[in-house]
Amino acid sequence: MNIKDIKKEFPIFDNKVHNNDLVYLDSANSSQKPKVVVDRIYDFYTKEFSNVGRSVHYLAVAATNLYENTRVLVQKYINAKDPNEIVFTKGATEAINLVANTFGQKYLKEGDEILITELEHHSNYVPWHYLRKSKGVKINFADVDENGDISIESIEKKITPKTKILAITHLSNVTGAILPIKEIIQLAHSKNIPVLVDGCQGAPHLKLDMQDLDCDFYAISCHKMYGPTGLGVLYAKKKWLEELPPYQGGGGMIGEVKKEGITFGDLPNKYEAGTMATAQVIAFGESINFINKLGIEKIEEHERELTKYGEEILRKNNSVKLIGSPKNKGSVLSFTLDGVHPHDIATILDEDGVAIRAGHHCCQILHEKLGLAATARASLGVYNTKDDLDQLNSSINKCIKIFNS
Amino acid sequence: MDLKDLYQEIILDHGKNPRNLGKFENFNKDAKGHNPLCGDKVHVYLKVDENKKISDIKFEGHGCAISMASASIMTELMKGKDQKEVNELIEDFLKMIKDNPDLESNLISEDDKTKLMSLSGVKKYPMRVKCATLPWHTLISAMTNKPGEVNTEKED
Repeated sequence: MNIKDIKKEFPIFDNKVHNNDLVYLDSANSSQKPKVVVDRIYDFYTKEFSNVGRSVHYLAVAATNLYENTRVLVQKYINAKDPNEIVFTKGATEAINLVANTFGQKYLKEGDEILITELEHHSNYVPWHYLRKSKGVKINFADVDENGDISIESIEKKITPKTKILAITHLSNVTGAILPIKEIIQLAHSKNIPVLVDGCQGAPHLKLDMQDLDCDFYAISCHKMYGPTGLGVLYAKKKWLEELPPYQGGGGMIGEVKKEGITFGDLPNKYEAGTMATAQVIAFGESINFINKLGIEKIEEHERELTKYGEEILRKNNSVKLIGSPKNKGSVLSFTLDGVHPHDIATILDEDGVAIRAGHHCCQILHEKLGLAATARASLGVYNTKDDLDQLNSSINKCIKIFNS
Repeated sequence: MDLKDLYQEIILDHGKNPRNLGKFENFNKDAKGHNPLCGDKVHVYLKVDENKKISDIKFEGHGCAISMASASIMTELMKGKDQKEVNELIEDFLKMIKDNPDLESNLISEDDKTKLMSLSGVKKYPMRVKCATLPWHTLISAMTNKPGEVNTEKED
């Protein structure tokens, strides 16, 4: 893979930040967009726009086909059995809320337990929290270890006869831990517990196979996958989508509507109420094409190599403390710096055009466990190079100089 | 933009060695402040005497150099001020951080004004203004016995 050529496909890198080249190290937050994705949105609105699934005119039929094409692209990308197992949502957050809400409504009662982990992003904790009040359920947390990892044993320890669902991240957005998700799913299934995987960080970086993983639900954030904002994907096994009640009511998701009652539409319409993020869905098809063209395995390999390089140079820097050394690490480098608060690091790096994130990264439970109020985080995408990491290191040295002069 | 305007020597000094850091026994007013977006926290303790003067002030907390320096400088300037003066200084500071080019109050010496103006560098960094104002909003809350925690996402 020639990264210099790949970088050229992302128009954002034509811009300067404070007169410097942009070194974008915030892809775990949101990735940049290749030109094909941006152009697809423009082309759709200027040449092909119409609402989906409503009218019979030429444009409506064409837009519906384009929209449904992406569903099939996603299905193939994650190797789901059926395109009807792909539900578009406004984000991974909504995907998890959809499951928490409908699963909670139908299956949970007072005293039931939900198992999550201390690694979870707020979006895989807060949606379940509502069920504490509405249903009187209890939320248990599997312990994170000193490496920032979650072991199968730590999950097993927290499973009780009352555990009704396990919701767990695929890849931690702070420690970078890639969890042994397949084994965890096997364990949960052996005790008849369905599993929701928060795949926000998994889907952009790892090869996915829903049939092999055998998870019940998998939530995807499209804007972290070189795709548009305002869009997420919920993968759910067909039996769940058939059994669970609809999430939101509105146009498009109905069968027959009468004064006396309403029937709901077939899959996947049942879960896609109202006019959906049509342009985003169609453009997301281009994101998948973009990833497929490069090959997710190649992207994975490139990012693994870069992560290793980043760890090496940051380990050599005595002022840097890397957060998390999990067994299997994704392309996330969280760190702290002696005597410099992460926000000050982020501001100083920004002056050099280096974009990182500082704060708790929506993981307050994990930061409390680590005894840290905040960390700085550099996260990688396909467009990053070793030069970017060298620049990160040299800008970190600038922070140290400013604060220790 | 120039980092030297933001990280002036006074800021770095107060950020690294905050004055009046800690808690004291006989405080009679206090309030907590929190920036939920970044996790900065501050807890201001006051002793207000019968003449409504701040006879002692300290703070606990953690955060970036800007928020620590702001709390440190604020506590230095507020000691010995009465309620009216405290209000005037807070208002003057918040106006300066938002719009005014300079401080207008004559309550503090030129040296103290220079110290306070060292925080004006944040004006060019909109995302960092909240770091500088958090301790000041927390002081207002303590002075007025406002219940609950100051939250930067709920203040303007």
